Amino acid sequence: MQDITTLQRIASQVRRDIVRMVCAAKSGHPGGSLGITDVMTALYFSEMNHDPKSWTRSGKGQDVFIISAGHLAPVYYSILARSGYFPTAELGTLRKFGTRLQGHPCVTDSLPGVFKPSGSLGQGLSTAAGIALGKKLDGDPNRVYVLCGDGESEEGQIWEAGMWAAHHKVDNLIAFTDWNGQQIDGPTTTVTAIEDLRDKWSAFGWDVIEADGHDFESILKAFEFAHVLNGKPKMILFRTEMGHGVDYMAGSHKWHGKAPSAEECKKALSQLEETLGDY
Amino acid sequence: MKKYTDTGKKDTRSGFGAGLLEAGKRDSRVLALTADLKGSVKMDAFAAEFPERFIECGIAEANMVGVAAGLAITGKVPFIGSFAEFVTGRVYDQLRQEVAYGHTNVKIASSHAGVTLGEDGATHQTMEDIALMRALPGMTVLVPCDYNQTRNATIAAAAYEGPVYLRFGRPSVANFTPEDEPFEIGKVYNLNEGKDVTIIACGHLVWEALQAAEALEAEGISAEVLNVPTVKPLDEQAIIASLRKTGCAVVAEEHNMAGGLGEAVAGVSAAHCPTPLEFVNGKDRFGQSGTPAELMAAYSLNAGAIEEAVRKVMARK
Repeated sequence: MQDITTLQRIASQVRRDIVRMVCAAKSGHPGGSLGITDVMTALYFSEMNHDPKSWTRSGKGQDVFIISAGHLAPVYYSILARSGYFPTAELGTLRKFGTRLQGHPCVTDSLPGVFKPSGSLGQGLSTAAGIALGKKLDGDPNRVYVLCGDGESEEGQIWEAGMWAAHHKVDNLIAFTDWNGQQIDGPTTTVTAIEDLRDKWSAFGWDVIEADGHDFESILKAFEFAHVLNGKPKMILFRTEMGHGVDYMAGSHKWHGKAPSAEECKKALSQLEETLGDY
Repeated sequence: MKKYTDTGKKDTRSGFGAGLLEAGKRDSRVLALTADLKGSVKMDAFAAEFPERFIECGIAEANMVGVAAGLAITGKVPFIGSFAEFVTGRVYDQLRQEVAYGHTNVKIASSHAGVTLGEDGATHQTMEDIALMRALPGMTVLVPCDYNQTRNATIAAAAYEGPVYLRFGRPSVANFTPEDEPFEIGKVYNLNEGKDVTIIACGHLVWEALQAAEALEAEGISAEVLNVPTVKPLDEQAIIASLRKTGCAVVAEEHNMAGGLGEAVAGVSAAHCPTPLEFVNGKDRFGQSGTPAELMAAYSLNAGAIEEAVRKVMARK
């Protein structure tokens, strides 16, 4: 397990990357990315068994992470680059013509670390479940992680996948939901209430745990809990705050899909310590 | 003209079932997934032989596509089977993102295609699926014509690396292609050399095309018959060569006009060798209940309709 101070320092740099990338692209989704940064940092820098040097798209011999909520691309790209999958300098190309860092992740130009395209919502849980079953068929003991949004859970396919994974006892599948309570049109409670996610996932036959998505101890404990192979898939509900780490973005859906201006960018960066060196 | 013998009527979906079993024996990576239609899409023999490689997905086709894409990422060769409408229109976005754009090695086994599904009616009879699948970049679209060719196309699809759409049907139809003829993806099969007109067909309409050619021969018309089981990528050179030779063509398929084989051929003709064309297809309609034979007649999808179209197109030469 990585020490918590180190994880906090990485997370601060990842948040800087996110703000700088989206600002340079003049479009993108900063809010959700900032909200799930701590969880993603814990996942790639402590929890997962992965090695960028021997990575292949088949995921053989390693843990696999699937991003179902593809608009969280900024945090995903920063985490991958900071983990060593590709040069951090490439982060500056986000959303620009000719880039491997498309607005939503894809496999067209074989960006290392990316297993599948994501963007059209509700689909990643099914694909992650398929990879998890593939690992079981191959006797590969590694796990499959997948990130879903709470708003994304309004998609029916999420629940098809929920039923299927429980029925087939895919217990090497660890899903987690970015439960920030916000989506494009406003709070999830006003758009289409999906509460209570705990009861829903339990009813679908999953082991469910709730954790504080901004407390590394809580995050790592939740992942630890999810390791048990008891015939049930695992769902971690991470309570997060959209825009976490930047005061004027925190807690608001308004920064779901909007880039900060140059002035706003400066203000955001003044609140985020540069710990590993900007790209 | 070359004589073709119907060795006994069989359904093309059973050809798929036989091909799937054979592909499964040849390659342990081959898996079968269905959405509560194991028997209908003829996966039962595979499931009995390889129970651990048969994955039931229940009535949840969207999830089935994703699961298959995930399995393909790990190196498996999954076939997903259901009625044609439910593995195309119903899951178009899933196929687009997880299979075509994601370039996963998923094989779409599309049964009960077209109006010949019969009595269930239009909700279950897609006449638009070829259009949808042709529109996806990188998708290979196969429409074999009889039991033997469907079996062999299934084996070829399993061996091919990349997404494949494999379309077949429910009714028992003439079985006339060679039993063990290896299927070549991308090849146009010239069933009869002719000089006056080309009849281009896929699926159930190929046998009808042969019947039409035979009848036309009696009238002194020499018809070339091209069986085009690979609708995409289309062998343009074979089409161009035949159009240049005969100077006119009829394209026949159990599909609507929009986006089908007819439009694919028209595109080739317009770009390379403008030629009079006529089309035998479902036009722009939904299906309805009836027996396959009744519906083929009602939608003018038979030898008689092809003969009529031939006379029409030859008059335009």
